[in-house]
This record gives sequence, structure tokens and C-alpha cells, in this order.
Amino acid sequence: MAKRVKFKLNGKEIEADEGRLVIDAAKDAGVEIPHYCYHPALGNPGNCRMCIVEVAGAPKPAVSCRTAVREGMDVKSDSELAKRAQASALELHLVNHPLDCPVCDQSGECGLQNYYMEIGQYQSAVREDKQHKDKRITAGPHVMLDQERCILCTRCTRFVDEVTKTHELGIFRRGHSERIELTPGKVLDNDYSGNVVDICPVGALTDRDFRYKVRVWYLDHADSICPGCSRGCSISVHTNTKRPWHNDGKRVARLKPRHNPDVNGYWMCDEGRYGFASLDANRLGRVLRLTPQKQDVTWETAASEIAAKLGSGGVAFVASGMLSNEDWAAAKKLFSGAKFYFTAEPDQVGGEDKILRKKEKVPNLKGAENLGLTSGSFDELAKDLEAGKVRALYIVERDLAKIWGAERAKLLMSKSALVVFQGPNKLAISEHAHYRLPATAYVEEDGRFTNFEGKVQEYKKALEPIGEAKPDWEIFGLLSKPPSAAKRRESVA
Amino acid sequence: MTKILTKHFDEPKLHELETYKRLGGYEGLKKALTMAPADVTAEVVKSNLRGLGGAGFPVGGKWGTVPPLDKVPGPRYVVVNADESEPGCFKDRVLLTRAPHQMIEGLLIAAHAIGAKETFIFVRGEYQDQYDIIEKAIAEAEDAGYTKHAKIMLMRGAGAYISGLDTALLETMEGKKAWPRQPPPFPTVVGLMGKPTVVNNVETLSMLPFILREGGDAFAKIGSPKNGGTVVFSISGHVANPGIYEVPMGTKLRDVLALAGGVRAGHTLKCVIPGGTSMPPLLEKDLDLALDFDAIRAAGTFLGAGGMIVLDETADAVAVAHNIERFLAHESCGQCTPCREGAFWNEEILERLLDGQGTPEDLPNITRIGENITGKVICALGDTVGVVARNYLSKFPDDFKKRIPS
Repeated sequence: MAKRVKFKLNGKEIEADEGRLVIDAAKDAGVEIPHYCYHPALGNPGNCRMCIVEVAGAPKPAVSCRTAVREGMDVKSDSELAKRAQASALELHLVNHPLDCPVCDQSGECGLQNYYMEIGQYQSAVREDKQHKDKRITAGPHVMLDQERCILCTRCTRFVDEVTKTHELGIFRRGHSERIELTPGKVLDNDYSGNVVDICPVGALTDRDFRYKVRVWYLDHADSICPGCSRGCSISVHTNTKRPWHNDGKRVARLKPRHNPDVNGYWMCDEGRYGFASLDANRLGRVLRLTPQKQDVTWETAASEIAAKLGSGGVAFVASGMLSNEDWAAAKKLFSGAKFYFTAEPDQVGGEDKILRKKEKVPNLKGAENLGLTSGSFDELAKDLEAGKVRALYIVERDLAKIWGAERAKLLMSKSALVVFQGPNKLAISEHAHYRLPATAYVEEDGRFTNFEGKVQEYKKALEPIGEAKPDWEIFGLLSKPPSAAKRRESVA
Repeated sequence: MTKILTKHFDEPKLHELETYKRLGGYEGLKKALTMAPADVTAEVVKSNLRGLGGAGFPVGGKWGTVPPLDKVPGPRYVVVNADESEPGCFKDRVLLTRAPHQMIEGLLIAAHAIGAKETFIFVRGEYQDQYDIIEKAIAEAEDAGYTKHAKIMLMRGAGAYISGLDTALLETMEGKKAWPRQPPPFPTVVGLMGKPTVVNNVETLSMLPFILREGGDAFAKIGSPKNGGTVVFSISGHVANPGIYEVPMGTKLRDVLALAGGVRAGHTLKCVIPGGTSMPPLLEKDLDLALDFDAIRAAGTFLGAGGMIVLDETADAVAVAHNIERFLAHESCGQCTPCREGAFWNEEILERLLDGQGTPEDLPNITRIGENITGKVICALGDTVGVVARNYLSKFPDDFKKRIPS
């Protein structure tokens, strides 16, 4: 463990690990020193010169992102000298910046804008014509580049050089003609390209999926977990409900990675980031009995009818790693005698890499495993259905058509006396069930996922459920005899 | 006056090994190789040799910061900075053209002193003739068996001014953009390819044969206190006889100018840029200043690389400042914001002044912008960007004021 030392920051004595960067130690102590180029995961090139502080005894002002904490040092980030240095660095950043905040999508979460407001040097002294560079460059499938807004902090080039090692972006030319450009022959299409938008402190790199859809100050945020794979990256769900007519009417505006040193660091992959597109497509909101004809029923009616028909023996429970730990616990209790089928094979597996992406494209297989649940294969289930061994088939949010093909899935489902489909979205197979129950999507409930390494994380409700939808664990509770109180099982880890 | 580097410049074939050897060449190396490396460094420390590439850092002191082999094993390098690109400096070009072996001998001495088995000469891209001359000289030295202890490799720059700065030079050598590094760590600890590296200028290394041959004390005696030996000035501008002039450290500015024939006939001195365009100018009142690193620094400017530009009363300070700031804006590497944007801004303001479009706010702005840049950037080029315009403004306010329409 590093030695703890005491040093003075703005006249106040604070303690930090020896050698920790002053900018970080200050942040720990609640003092935010302005900066653009420094990023904890991308190093400290010290090129923006914003984080200048005064260190007693030093010959000249120092950048706090390259100054290590020493015992007894006296640092001032709020002295006249330091404040002037920060203000002048900002002024120089703005010399060639277009200052097009009113039409810039970064507005509201822009490092330039924020410090400009904070530092308060509102009257520009620049009388010169600004340099013109290229705007609206399609950098890749997810990212747009505006060279004029860029402040050349090099975070994005360091990201593609050091994290993805794909080198799509580079700094070309020299001096004030310098600009970020695509490396000749390359397109910014790596699996993590969206992160450059997050780390860009200004509006130079924006998200094609998000830009101009909704102003960021209308968004609400909720801590969540990406359900895209078994890594379970910490994310923040940004929702648009204050201005429902914005964002093309969609409730989820974007997903952003949330810093978690134990799981995903600062990043998330594009697959996860843009995986919410169909979240609100064909949502189920009504409790329905589909046979003999489609009919709305109450939760109580559906629950008691299904519970009566479920019985024990010959029950197959089909689910996926989309279930939360709470859901798995309730399912384990309700379907104690049933056979479980939730393996990710064959339809929920995909590409993986050494950065974040995992092969299993669902977040919580480990939660089931930890409860001692094991999954049969879908080939076995098909055989059992063929042989008439399955009397009741309970499907939670799993598209059997993707496993067996639409026709075969329909045929196999017809072999079971009772078929219940429960889930947030309508599927072709959900229409062949006998009961169709609306469940909440992960953004509409609180819960926990256990990732592939066994790390348990909590996700928070970001949106209200649609229609009569309920969390899966609550539905399982209604089906149990006697119906268990609709109370979240906080104790389940 | 005592000359060291240009002493034999009358010899037409000094660039050839035979001539160089006849005049005592490679005796210094021979002597160095009989000495322990630490003793060679000690001799250089004694000589008070300063880095003549511009920074004026004591050379022996610099070598002394290279971690010893038993502490940090593995390769270490010597790199010759032959990327002379400061406007007004052309002494390295002449030294390389006329006396390449002098530099090569110095390089081989330095390699022995710090234990480098590989050395590099980084030549400015535009110096095609010099490149050919050095290449030939290296081949001669190799054939003569002088390079047994250290290999010499030749590299060329691609034309960026900033590559003349040691850390940017190392980046260039590694195949990267010429963006200066931010010490610490200094190159002597973490340099080329992360290995301890001594970067020395052509002129600096060329001094070493004399120091080894004649001894550090003899060298120190030639110059002024703490500034050993001689310095070669490249003198250009409004003088009668532009050219390179070697003088002992501490020679008065007046005497140096006299060597070049003084200000051209019929004109009076306006100012002297002492070390290359980046340095603030000296005025008539400074003529008795003794030119060495410390005295000139005390006068508020720098000896730099000895690129002395003399300007007479026909020079307009706004035009001069604009010329220099335009160069700096063009050559700013663009890495850090104050220099990248500030150089551009400065150039534009000065251009507006030249165009007769100045405003009264421009003058305080020039001062303010300059102050906001100097000392808050990564490298010396950036510091210069902040110094030049405001310095000419403070020294020649009338030139600036008359550019503002009333």
C-alpha cells in the first residue's frame, strides 16, 4: 500500500497516497480542477493546460495532472495565478472554437460550455476570423466528427490507440491546422466506437443514434446494468419522459457507461450501447387468455387459472439469463419440480473479446447457477415435447422461433396442454400460447444481476411499467399457492 | 582571438579524414579511450562546457544524470542534434560541412563517456549536402577503426522546426509526430526507445576533441566563469559581413558586431537578436554586455544557439514580430493549446496591425496573450510564442502605436 502523506490544497490540509496525481487527490477531496485532456484511463498528456495549479516553491505553474503529491507540498488551485492560468487556457481553447452551442448537440454536457459559464469570461477578445475545418464527417456507423469543435485533447486518438488498438483516428497536420481525422483507409467501426463520444469533452464527436433527438437537460438518469452480455457493465439509462414528443417518441434516449473499476472501467461496447433499440417495440401491456379466443383477464384470474393447470410433473420452464436474481429465486420456488431450460446456447451467444464483450449475450446466467439451477438443452426439450412428456410449457422472454424456427416452434408448442408466455415484448411465438402475461423490461424494475465473475450488481428502475406489466418475480408470486405477497425479495443476492 | 572549432577552416580539405588527422584529429578520442568513462565526464565537468544547442545546460552535468550501467543495465544512446532550424542559425551547417570529423570524434568521446554502443546523428532534412558529407565522414571513421566501441547511425528529419527540440527529436526518431515530451523524466533517464539518452548539439560535441586533447582546465580558461571555451555566432541581417564568427565565451556584444563589420554603412543599430529569432532582442544600450549564457540571461534574453540577427533603423518592430510569430504559428506542433491557438492569434493580430486595421485594444491584448502563454506550455517553442510579440511591443512601443489608425 502506498504511503499516506499530508499536503495542503487551497490552504486546507488533506491526506492522499504519496505519488497520486494532484488532480486526482483534489477530486478525492471534493475539489474539481478543470481539465480536458486528462482521463484516468487514458493517461495525462498534459496538452490542454487547463489544470494548472500553483505549487509553492516551484519555478512556474504546474499542470496538476502531471504533478505527484508529496509530503508537505502546498498546492493552490484557486489562487489568482492559478485561476488566471485556467481562465486563459480556456480563452485560448475558444480562439478557434465555433461557439455554436445553440445548435450543438453537446450543449448541456460540454466541458467548454461548463467552464465558460463557471469562469465567467463572457466577452470575447478575439476579433479575428476563425479557422475553418470540416464539419459533419461520418466517422463510422455510430459517430459523427466535427473538426471545428475539436479542442485536440487527443482523448479519442488515445482510446483507439491504447484501448481498442485499432487506430482509426489520428491527429493530422500541424499547429493550428491540426485536426482529428480518420486514418486513411479506415472507418471508426470498432466494437467500442461509441466510447469516443463519451470521452470527447466537447461536441466534436457525437452519437449518430442520439444527436438532435432530445436536449440532454430533459433527460432523466438511472443507474443500471447492461443486459447485453454476461459482463454486466455498469451503465446509466438516460430516459426521455419530460418531452415525450422528442426522441422520436422513444422513452430510452441512450445508454452510457458508468464507471465501475471492478467490472467495466469507463467503457461499454457498441453492441450493449445500442442494444436498446427494440426495447419498446411491440410491448405487451395486457393480461390475456388467448384460447379459445383472445380475452382480457385480470391478473388474479390468469394467476389462479394458470396455477390450477400447472400442477406438478411434466412442467418445462423456459427462460434466459435476462432474469434477475429475484426472478430466479421466485422461479426456483414456484417451479420446484419442473425442468429448467435457460442455457444461452444456441440463440443467445455471440462474439467476445479481451476488452469487455462476453460470449453469452445475457446478463444473469450466473444468478441461476448460484441457486443451484441447471439447464437442459433445447434439443432435449424438443424431444420431450415431441414425445408428449411436457404437459405445461412456461416461457419467459425467450424466442423459441430463434432456436427451432418459427414453424417447428409452433408445432412443438402445440404438443403441450398448457403454454404460458410471459415477457415484455410480443413475439411470433407469444401468440401461440394459451396465456400471455406482460412483464416489465429491465429498465422498469429494480433488481440484481450476477455477472460471469460472480459480481452482484443492482439496477434501478428508470421507467414506469407499460400497462399492467409486472416484474417476473411478482408474477411468479401471484402463481404460487397461496399467492405470496407482492413484495420484492430484498434478501436475495 | 582564440578559436577552437574554426581554427583550421583555412584548410580546404578539412572535411577529409587525412587532413583532419594531420591537424591532430582523433587524438582526443585516442586519449579518451585510455581513460575510464567517469574520468572523461569529470574532464568535461571541469571544462565548463555548456550545451550550445540553445539551452546552455552544463554538458558534464547532463552526462552525470545518465544512470550508471550497474544500476540501469541495457543500452543507452548518444544522439547528435544536427536538426539546426532556428531562424538565424547556420553555424552547425558550416561546422558539418567543413569539419564533420570534429563532430564525429566528439560523438565517439561522448559515447565512451556514457557507455553507449550505439549513437545517432539526426540531420535536418533540408541539409542534403551535409548529410552526404557526414555519411562519407562516418565511412572514413569506420574504415579507420574509430567506431569499434560505438556504432554511428545517420537519420534525417522531415522538416519540422520543433524536431530540433531534444524530446521532439526523440519522438521523430521513433517514427512519431514531433510532439515534445514533458520532462520529467529527462531523456538522460528515459530517452530514445525508453533508454537513457544523451542528446547533444553538433557544436557542443565538436568541442570535445579539444577538451580531451588539451584538458578541461585549458578549455575553461578560454571562456568566462562557468562558460567554458568559445561560441560560434551565426551573424546575419544588417551587418557589413554576415557569416559565422567564433569568439570566446564572454566576448562583448560590441566586439562581436565589430567582427562582422558592424551595422551596414550609413545606418544605425536598432536591435540585435542574440540567439535566433526566438530570443528577445538586445538594444544599443546592451552593447557592452559580455555574451555568455549567464550574463545574457541576466539581461532578459538568451544566448540560444548563437543565431545573431542585427537589425538597423529601417526594420519595423511590428513587421519583425509578425515575421517571427508567423513562423512560430506555422511551426507550432499543435500539441498544447496555448501555443497552438496563441501563436495563431498573435500572428493574426500582428497581421491586422500591418494591414492598418489595428485597434487600441490590440496592444494590451498582445501583452496579455503573451503573458498567458509563457510558462504555461509544454516546451520552449510555446514559451517563445508568448515572449516575442509582447517583447517587441515593450521595447518599440512607437512602432506599434503608429500602426493603429487614429
